[in-house]
Amino acid sequence: MSMNTFPIIRVVTKLLIPYILLFALYVQFHGDYGPGGGFQAGVILAAALTLYGLVFGLEAAKRVAPPKLMQRLMALGVLIYAGTGVATMLMGGNFLDYNHLTHDVWPQVLPSGQHLGIFLVELGVGVTVTAVMTMIFYTFAGRQHIT
Amino acid sequence: MIASQLPVLLIVLPLMTAPLCVLLGGRRLAYLLALTVSACVFGISLALMARVLQSGPIHYDIGGWQPPYGIEYVVDYLSGFVMLFVSAIAAIVLAYAPRTVELEIPGSKHTLFYASYLLCLTGLLGMCITGDLFNVFVFLEISSLSSYAMISLARTRRAPLAALRYLILGTVGATFFLIGIGLVYQMTGTLNLDDIAHRLPREGGPRTILVAFAFMTIGLCIKMAVFPVHSWLPNAYTYAPSAVTAFIAATSTKVSVYIFIRLVYDIFTPEFAFDLLPLDSELTTLALVGIFVASTSAIYQSDVKRLLAYSSIAQIGYMLLGISMGTQEGLTAGIVHMFNHALIKGGLFMVVGCYALQLRSVQLEDWRGAGRTMPWTSMAWALGGLGLIGVPVTVGFVSKWLLLTTAVQTEHWAVAVLMLVSSLLAVVYIWRVVETLYFHEPSGRAARAKEAPLSMLVPTYVVIAATLLFGVWTTYSAGLAGRAAAALLGAGS
Repeated sequence: MSMNTFPIIRVVTKLLIPYILLFALYVQFHGDYGPGGGFQAGVILAAALTLYGLVFGLEAAKRVAPPKLMQRLMALGVLIYAGTGVATMLMGGNFLDYNHLTHDVWPQVLPSGQHLGIFLVELGVGVTVTAVMTMIFYTFAGRQHIT
Repeated sequence: MIASQLPVLLIVLPLMTAPLCVLLGGRRLAYLLALTVSACVFGISLALMARVLQSGPIHYDIGGWQPPYGIEYVVDYLSGFVMLFVSAIAAIVLAYAPRTVELEIPGSKHTLFYASYLLCLTGLLGMCITGDLFNVFVFLEISSLSSYAMISLARTRRAPLAALRYLILGTVGATFFLIGIGLVYQMTGTLNLDDIAHRLPREGGPRTILVAFAFMTIGLCIKMAVFPVHSWLPNAYTYAPSAVTAFIAATSTKVSVYIFIRLVYDIFTPEFAFDLLPLDSELTTLALVGIFVASTSAIYQSDVKRLLAYSSIAQIGYMLLGISMGTQEGLTAGIVHMFNHALIKGGLFMVVGCYALQLRSVQLEDWRGAGRTMPWTSMAWALGGLGLIGVPVTVGFVSKWLLLTTAVQTEHWAVAVLMLVSSLLAVVYIWRVVETLYFHEPSGRAARAKEAPLSMLVPTYVVIAATLLFGVWTTYSAGLAGRAAAALLGAGS
């Protein structure tokens, strides 16, 4: 039985989830300047999904984040990370040499150089960690084959 | 430009293709991608080895950060040599794999299998190429985790249990290794292997360094499956899918041996390990006891995969014998036996896969008389078996001859005699299978069986032919191993 029948829990959850998601994004994007980063943000994002799954049931969570998609996202995150490295190689540097990502496009707004490199790499980490944590939740909650 | 990026491409190619296999999703496509990439990786390691032979060790700074601050990749004689045979075996086993994978792994898991295979290859090559101690641990975990996953993919219900046992022991080993790394880092303040070797205080054996060395040695012993801590290996090899067994048996424990050699000869130096500490006599004892116990166990197995698994534990003993002698000749023998045993055991497990496909069984009693209906496969077993015993004109002879001459030169008479006696045990367990294949009335299964398909026989014979070729032509096996050993001992003193 899911906790769908308890109105207080349902309402509080619906109130909380947007703030959890927002906090995840804050941790993701603020990781370049202060404590935080892709791993922590991914876990927080997955916590929001897990909470949703606990309250509204596994099936509802799977409609929001289908397992097939999560499996693809796990792979995509790794590709973003390694792809950043390959991009720096194509631009003439060593693998993950972010100095070669320096550019002059809209300098006040878009990150550049080392900053851009870390940003992309952490994005990859965030995507993979979100997907992996969610899949771990599905696997334990479902106790059967999920794909 | 591409030439200077080769060291990192070796790791990045399989690392990126693995998620690509999952992302694209098609079984056929995943296989073709994996096969192409593993062939490319073999090409890259050939090119790297050629460059090392021409102009000495190659250094590559990840992210443009200079060592010891950044992570550095180093290709020298030893790492180049190990990477060469690991990538070669990976490519050949993958060429051989599709038929057995279809039989032994559920269809929905095929893409995941090919992704894990590439990740395992990434981890093994990464352990060899990296010049950073913590990076070694990371790659060790990548290769181990993906091999647990691959073992558990088999259809048999025992496979997940075998994988879990391997996971628990493997994790204990990896944790021990990590504790050692932590202690070394505390004492030296650096993780770069070269830098550690220069900064490590060895005089008088400070306790932290002793403890670190002990943790790392025991952790690696578990990963290498040295005799008293080998219990994960037989089940893991027996219940894994045939292609996985062939790949892991040929490469995974060897790479751990490689790390162990680096640790003893490069970082802690033989003076510390062998003179200050009695590691050499301990290793010799464990190796010899292991050879006898494991070979005797192999004789009594009714499951051929398990028989070969026990034989693998014994063969690790020969590598340790070479390493523990502490001389250049002994080290050469240990290193070249890594290569030789990878060929022999890879080849033999590939033969077992052929039988598993055609007879649907790896129990010895079901193989009775299969020599008549599957003559080529059976001959491959006989040839590979000769290599395992160490008959002249096979690779097994090269390494055992080197070991024997070193033992005699350094007047380890007991070791020399015991080694010869232990080879007789190998004769017994190999002959048991040969006899069953050729001199028994065919069992029901064997009488109905057909010869294994060419797509599997050809790769198997490539490996078996290599065991004969490198038994005669040793320029690039024992020759390279000798140069690697000389470089290690030169740097250590």
